[in-house]
Amino acid sequence: MTIVLTPAGDFDVKVRDGLWMTDAEAERVTGWALKPEGMCRAELCVPMPASAVRGCEVDVEAFWTKLGGPVATSEARDVWVLGAPAQERNAALEGLQAPDFTLPDIDGTPRSLSQLRGKKVFLATWASW
Amino acid sequence: MWQTLYDELKDKNFMVVAVAEESRGADHARPWIEQAQASGKSSYWQLVDTDHRLEDLYNLVNVPQAIWIDEQGRIVRPPETAGSTDHFRRMDLKTKTMTPEDQAERLAARQAYLEAVRAWVNTGKHALPADAARAALPKITPEIAEARARFRLGVWLRTNGRIAEGDRELAAASRLHPDSWSLWRQAADLAEVGKASGPDFWARVQALGDRPYYPPPKL
Repeated sequence: MTIVLTPAGDFDVKVRDGLWMTDAEAERVTGWALKPEGMCRAELCVPMPASAVRGCEVDVEAFWTKLGGPVATSEARDVWVLGAPAQERNAALEGLQAPDFTLPDIDGTPRSLSQLRGKKVFLATWASW
Repeated sequence: MWQTLYDELKDKNFMVVAVAEESRGADHARPWIEQAQASGKSSYWQLVDTDHRLEDLYNLVNVPQAIWIDEQGRIVRPPETAGSTDHFRRMDLKTKTMTPEDQAERLAARQAYLEAVRAWVNTGKHALPADAARAALPKITPEIAEARARFRLGVWLRTNGRIAEGDRELAAASRLHPDSWSLWRQAADLAEVGKASGPDFWARVQALGDRPYYPPPKL
C-alpha cells in the first residue's frame, strides 16, 4: 500500500506506476470524481489530458498538478503529499470566512473551530522551540 | 500568557484557542500547557498541531501569531504578531538580558496588544472592515504551497524513522519559503532541542538587517 497525505487526511491506497489508481480510489483520496468531462467536484470539472486516463484508472499526480496543487513524494515513492493549491488557499482566505480545522487537545479530544460559532475567537499560535 | 485574558473575558462570548505548532507531538508540549493551565480554574482550548496545519490554512510564518474571528466565523484581523516584539534582538547574548528600557518597552507593547483584544471583545473596536482585512492578508505563492507539502512529507518521514530523508524535505521546505521562521525553527528543533534558538538562529536574525522579525500589529 502507498500512503497519500492530502488536505482532507491520510490515506492508504493501492496504486501502480507512480500515482495511478482506480477512479473510485481517486475519488476517495481527492474528493474529485472521474467523468467524461474530466475530474469533477460538484459543478466544477477539470479536463484531463488523454495521457492521464486509462479506462477507469487515473494518474492522480497528473491530475493534482493540473489542479495547481503541489505534489511531493519520498525517494521510494511510497509516501505522497498532495498539497492544497495556492490559489485555493488564497481564495478561501479572501472570502474572510475563517477556514475550519480540527485538532486534538492535549488529551487527544478533537476540537473544531466551527464548534465556537457565536463567540469571538482569539486564535493564537505558540511553540516550545 | 492568554489565561488572564480568557479569565477576564470568558463570560462575554469569547474564547481563546491556543495552538502549539509542535511536530514533536503532544507530550513535548505538555509541560508548557500544564503550566499555563495551572494558573486558571477553567480553561481555554490548548491544541496540538504536529503537521503545522494551521500555518498552512492561515499562511502563518512565526509564533506567536494571532487571528481574530468574529461571532459569524469571519476573519476580522488577519494573522499578525500577537504581543511579541523585536527588542530581543538587542539583548546581550552573553547574559541573555535586555536593558531595563527595552524590557519596559516590550512589556508596554504586550499590554497594548492585550488591551486591544479586550477593547475588541467589549466594544468591537479594532475589527477591520472586509476590504481592509482582505488587503492585509499575506498572499500564498506556489512556492509556499510546495513548501507546505515538502514540510508535511518531512515530518511524516521523520516520525516514521526516516530521519535523513525527512531532514532533506524539511530543508527543501525552508528554502522554498525562507520567510517562514516556523518551518526553519521547527526543523532545527527536530534536529536537536535548543537548536532553534542557537547560533544558526541568531545568524539568521542578524541577516534580517532592517527587516522585522516580529512585524508590529497595525492597531
